[in-house]
Amino acid sequence: MVSFLGRLGRFALEQIAAMGRIFSFLVSALFLAFRRPAKFYLIIHHIKTIGVDSLSVVALSGFFTGMVMGFQGYYSLRKFNAESWLGSATALGLLRELGPVLSAFMVTGRTGSAMAAELGTMRATEQIDALDSMAINPVKYLVSPRLIASLVAMPLLTAIFDVIGIFGSYLVGVNLLGVSSGSFFAGMENSVVFHDVYSGFVKSVSFGLIITWICCYKGFYAPPMATGVSQATTESVVLSFVLILVWDYFLTSIML
Amino acid sequence: MIQVANLHKSFRTQEVLKGVNLELATGKITTIVGTSGCGKTVLLRHLNALLRPDKGSVLIDGVDITRLPQKELYQMRGKFGVLFQGAALLDSMTVYDNVAFPLREKTKTPESAIKKKVDERLDQVGLGEMGGKFPAELSGGMKKRAGLARALIMDPEIVLFDEPTTGLDPVLATSIHQLIARTHDTFGFTGVLVSHTIPQVFDISDYVAMLANGVIEEISPPKNFCASQNPVVQQFIQGKTEGPLDVL
Repeated sequence: MVSFLGRLGRFALEQIAAMGRIFSFLVSALFLAFRRPAKFYLIIHHIKTIGVDSLSVVALSGFFTGMVMGFQGYYSLRKFNAESWLGSATALGLLRELGPVLSAFMVTGRTGSAMAAELGTMRATEQIDALDSMAINPVKYLVSPRLIASLVAMPLLTAIFDVIGIFGSYLVGVNLLGVSSGSFFAGMENSVVFHDVYSGFVKSVSFGLIITWICCYKGFYAPPMATGVSQATTESVVLSFVLILVWDYFLTSIML
Repeated sequence: MIQVANLHKSFRTQEVLKGVNLELATGKITTIVGTSGCGKTVLLRHLNALLRPDKGSVLIDGVDITRLPQKELYQMRGKFGVLFQGAALLDSMTVYDNVAFPLREKTKTPESAIKKKVDERLDQVGLGEMGGKFPAELSGGMKKRAGLARALIMDPEIVLFDEPTTGLDPVLATSIHQLIARTHDTFGFTGVLVSHTIPQVFDISDYVAMLANGVIEEISPPKNFCASQNPVVQQFIQGKTEGPLDVL
């Protein structure tokens, strides 16, 4: 009984210590991001890998998500003779919810996993220790630029997802199902307000932070072996997905 | 002068260092030998505070680096160059960029001066034509040479070598040993080697220290080390399985 309680206590302490480590990792990465010298060339490089390189997958998923919304929205709205609201329903759904969440999922799968694997491999091959031994702070060099880059790239990717998604919905709703083009855009114009765009923007920025934070942390502290890297990659993707959904719930409830 | 005093380090329940005391002479090469897994690399990583001890101190020129805050520690690390076991070259960069990296990140040296210095170091380690290659395109020996060029680029006072010849054939191992000796003659750094390539490593060592059972069992010049009556040293040199050393 005593040994069971001891193990339970040790487990609880380890979990608290792990939470402390993960939060202090974020704080130090943010703090170092704004300390000189700024690593602009690294930020630009990571904006390319997070943003530009994810563009095709985000655009493709946005297009098909929009088209599916066109079909599903039309099916639902027709029951109330409200097909003309298709543009409004699509735009609100994409701007407030699906755009930020799905583009965050795409970036997690494409870039977040790569971040975890890259940093995990660098840990296993002592490259992170090498940076540290050269008196170059590895968090400032490896994590902070990625963090800044994701804060820039995520809202842009989300905006592209939204626009392409609305276009996909327009193609299905107007060209395939016969919704009037004028009512599609008029409904959108009447119902979408700046707050909808703003809430989507806040979500996309915070999701960008979550993805980079979790994926970099998992890679940075990956056990230095092949299975450690694969485990870190898997954990980073799963944990990012879960945190994105949980944080999305809280943000939605606050910003409704 | 590097002084290690009463150094203790444990990982979970495994006590690796149990009170290491060691003094490393300035400008000399000291090789730390010992059986695999005895804690040589752990000890080496304490010398530039890549690991923090549970107890004890590591004094570099009288300053205890185990208690330094990060800013002062990073200043102190400017004195060190490290050659890691796998060279630890940044694999996203070419050999040239790897060697130039500390200069670009830590100094405001103009690119023309960086080029001159990097080319010089690459020539010294015999990689003059390899600057444009990526680490993945190099052999094990070449990686170690490139790692050594990077370790020496900031003209360090102390260079740590973590098993520099592990995984290399005997000919290549000898050439790396000769390279270390040659660069030591040129730059006059204090060298600390971790190795179990005996007796070859004795040729380039001024002192040999034996780490066993978590403590330094013996430290002496190579000739005296080989003649030591310490049963732990003799068992290690002769490669016997019977004796006071823990053999897995």
